[in-house]
Amino acid sequence: MSYEHRKILIDPIVDNNPVILQVLGICSALAVTSKLSTTITMCIALTVVTACSNAAISVIRNHIPSSIRIIVQMTIISSLVIVTDQFIKAYAFTISKDLSVFVGLIITNCIVMGRAEAYAMKHPPLPSFLDGLGNGLGYSALLMVIGVIRELLGSGSLFGYQILLLERDGGWYVPNGLLLLPPSAFFLIGMIIWVVRSWKPAQVEEPEYRIYHAPRPEVAS
Amino acid sequence: MIDLVNLFIKAVFVENLALTFFLGMCTFLAVSKKIGTALGLGIAVVVVQSLTIPINNLIYRFLIRDGALAWAGLSEMSLDFLGLITYISVIAAVVQVLEMFLDRYVPSLYNSLGIFLPLITVNCAILGGCLFMVERDYNFSESVTYGVGSGVGWALAIVAMAGVREKLKYSDIPAGLQGLGVAFITAGLMALGFMAFSGIQL
Repeated sequence: MSYEHRKILIDPIVDNNPVILQVLGICSALAVTSKLSTTITMCIALTVVTACSNAAISVIRNHIPSSIRIIVQMTIISSLVIVTDQFIKAYAFTISKDLSVFVGLIITNCIVMGRAEAYAMKHPPLPSFLDGLGNGLGYSALLMVIGVIRELLGSGSLFGYQILLLERDGGWYVPNGLLLLPPSAFFLIGMIIWVVRSWKPAQVEEPEYRIYHAPRPEVAS
Repeated sequence: MIDLVNLFIKAVFVENLALTFFLGMCTFLAVSKKIGTALGLGIAVVVVQSLTIPINNLIYRFLIRDGALAWAGLSEMSLDFLGLITYISVIAAVVQVLEMFLDRYVPSLYNSLGIFLPLITVNCAILGGCLFMVERDYNFSESVTYGVGSGVGWALAIVAMAGVREKLKYSDIPAGLQGLGVAFITAGLMALGFMAFSGIQL
């Protein structure tokens, strides 16, 4: 694997993370992270769909008339999502019940569309495939962090195995119920953005208005 | 009748698409900087949502559902696997037709909505609404109510969020949290507020 290919694959994971920096794909990201098993299924599904759709669109990119490209991309993406959805239903039925509509919503996930439009339409198949894979992994990395925090602190377990002994079972850990509720995912992502931006100050946004410090009036002496 | 009113209230507040299911979050965070544009987008979503959900409901019940083709003599056939691709095509088509209609007959509204109309095709709130309709097996009148209600709920959430963010830009926020970070935390607080509605029944 050459240097450029590795860069295409690694770059979206931290430096150019699709969720934190490009604000893509938050739509279905938050609701599935309360349990690690659903999180990881969702991550794999999205990564596979993004990589394959990027490769497929890139193969036919010179034959798509630009006026109907959105419809063409949509058709390819939804066919891939249907395959993924049927696969999850066949092999992991309980998880597919937990995910409910969110697998179907990969179709409208902005990461898939965004990468198809921004990258796959202009680059050959192999780099496009790697770009899709990298962005899927960047999304997965963030989701896994949130999933671990929410499940470990919210119910004291990982993948359903008890890690911290709960107080009601005679242990010491009092679970934080807030982390199982949907709004906690917002707070966690906000905090993660804060941490990443303190680490990489280049990503900080400029405030629209600065606080004006009035000069102290001169005291006549 | 009271069932439908109940469903409407539930769709607007208790099961608000934006704040309890996080659907349409990308647009929710990107377009909520000014109240005016947020309102325009909100109205567009209400219109598209109240058209697509009933249309998809009819297609689901008479063409796609398991055994739905009984009227054509194909009672053991199920087109379930074609669901997703059908719903998204209907959404894209409705948005396109609506765009052409507004361009021809209501140009002022068309100009003010501008870029947002085509963007609605990829708004997960619309597809999410359709999928919830299928999952909960609504009949036609329920689907109309749910379509209008969920659209209104989404519009309400984005307008409220824009109101908060318009005030927020004058405040002194730590550098790393500026912009996106604080928008997430605001949305989280609003979602906590909306949780107060949970369990309300008429």
